[in-house]
Amino acid sequence: MPAFVWMTVLTALRILRRNRLRAGLTMLGIVIGVGAVIAMVGIGEGAKRAVQAQISTMGTNVIIIWPGATTVSGVRGSQGGAVTLTVADALDLKKKIPLLAETGWAKRDVMQIVNGNRNWNGPISGISPSYLTIRDWSFSSGGPFTQMDLDSAARVALVGQTIVDNLFDEGEEPVGVVIRIKNVPFRVVGVLTPKGQSAQGSDQDDVIFIPFTTAERKVFGTLFLGSVGAMFASTDRAEDLPEAVEQIRDVLRARHRLQSEQNDDFTVKTQVDIGIVQEGTSQTLTIMLFSIASVSLLVGGIGIMNILLVSVTERTREIGVRMAVGAKRGHVLMQFLIEAMTLSLLGGMLGIVLGVIGAKLTTVVAGWPTIISTDVIFVAFVFSLAVGLFFGLYPAQKASRLNPIEALRYE
Amino acid sequence: MSSLIQCDSIWKRYRVGDVEVNALRGLSLTIEHGEFVAVMGASGSGKSTLLNILGCLDQPTDGQYRLDGIDVGKLGFDQLADIRNRQIGFVFQNFNLIPRTSALENAQLPLFYRGLPLNEQRGKAAAALKRVGLGGREHHFPTQLSGGQQQRVAIARALITAPSLLLADEPTGNLDTESSREIMTILDGLNREGITVILVTHEADIAAYAHREILLKDGQLLSDRATRRAPGAVEV
Repeated sequence: MPAFVWMTVLTALRILRRNRLRAGLTMLGIVIGVGAVIAMVGIGEGAKRAVQAQISTMGTNVIIIWPGATTVSGVRGSQGGAVTLTVADALDLKKKIPLLAETGWAKRDVMQIVNGNRNWNGPISGISPSYLTIRDWSFSSGGPFTQMDLDSAARVALVGQTIVDNLFDEGEEPVGVVIRIKNVPFRVVGVLTPKGQSAQGSDQDDVIFIPFTTAERKVFGTLFLGSVGAMFASTDRAEDLPEAVEQIRDVLRARHRLQSEQNDDFTVKTQVDIGIVQEGTSQTLTIMLFSIASVSLLVGGIGIMNILLVSVTERTREIGVRMAVGAKRGHVLMQFLIEAMTLSLLGGMLGIVLGVIGAKLTTVVAGWPTIISTDVIFVAFVFSLAVGLFFGLYPAQKASRLNPIEALRYE
Repeated sequence: MSSLIQCDSIWKRYRVGDVEVNALRGLSLTIEHGEFVAVMGASGSGKSTLLNILGCLDQPTDGQYRLDGIDVGKLGFDQLADIRNRQIGFVFQNFNLIPRTSALENAQLPLFYRGLPLNEQRGKAAAALKRVGLGGREHHFPTQLSGGQQQRVAIARALITAPSLLLADEPTGNLDTESSREIMTILDGLNREGITVILVTHEADIAAYAHREILLKDGQLLSDRATRRAPGAVEV
């Protein structure tokens, strides 16, 4: 059998070489289909990877809890407008829910910041030190503030790269410099490592972090001490997130003494909820790719079937001769199947080459990141083989069922 | 040892549109191992049909055909293919070589379907080509060969499996006198080596190479006689 397959492949290649133009045109459908899919999957994977990298800058396994909206005489305010969440809530969550690795809280406002003769309007966040861990912030110089700074309402600040760019001279070391936030002097103790744009497109580096207690007592002038703008929590494992969300909801409802018919006065979201949007986008892309691939492979396959039917007719006499000297039906069937698969596989391989070149070209010309995985190439390979097999079956069967006498007499 | 060919009142009916055609009408025939038989008759007499049935390309509608003792009528397509591959060699009027394929590959085709190792196929094919006087032309394509040479490639293809039966359907029909003589000399040589040769022709001088001449008319045996070349016949 191996000698048979080998010789049949050689025969198939010779027949294709003989009809180079015809073979090329036949393969074109598969070449374009596979090429387009490889290139688009490459671009799509590149984009997906970029989005995933962006999402992961939020921190890992993060849960965010916002206060609900105020309702004054039936008129609802904006989300987070109410002051229903407190530091005590956050501390209690940590105590009652062992699943949570960390809980933190923050409150933010936009304020003017001054350094010497420069000023900048940026968001100031009063945070608990745990917030830095949850959101996965690191430092390019200096370091975080501590629980002691929080307890003593110390006037220390952490600045993001955007603040550094706008408030400091080039080359100036921000750590140790005293800046003023709403006229209160703060000593910069750390510079945050840049995170770039968020998945929503906002600048994540335009931030100043100060201890929560300092913020509410000395900068924001909060009416209710202990009320927070948002709470944050994290779990060690991603699969614990849904369970943790349920438990947070239960604890908070109990603490807020909500009756069963009352709605939550807070909103709990996880990174997963935010990620789902992204997943939806890439799913649409995948469906689109799949349709393009199906249509082009279908068209390519029909092309192969068509040319094979022509070939069977042209070579009727040859089939008769082969049968006369002892070819069984299986031999003839295999011969045409192998020819079809050789065609589709060659087309597929050309398509893979074309697709990889196309993707690389996109990276060079448009600057989009592209990722070509071996998986995609393997799938394209298998699919082009399958197309040959599927669309070669009918012509091959037709050839194998010829009557040898009629085939030998065919003019 | 049974006769090589034993036909027992075989019929072959075709349907051409609404008309039923009887190509063979109860023909009985026995051919022994080693015979050299010429089948003659006008066109439509059923000689090609007979040859197809003898060659296991076709099966009788009625009657029994035993090849080397085996009732061929009971076999399926693939079993018949196996018999054609091992016991029968075909030579056609129009050579029927596979186009744009070298003489060597054409000759090795039956062994290819037998599934022999590639180098064994090539070795035997080269030997068969040498046997018909085409040594050195293994890699010529059919279009690069004369008619007589093409027919010799076809004979090499037929004898490569060392068949017991060689069927030739007007092998010289498309050839000039000189080439015809060469082909008939080769067939005669093969017969001397013990291969049974059955030859369909309508040329008397070609039929004269045979030892036995069968004349068909309307699907029936009209005459069956030994020729002058038959062993034991008196040279005139």
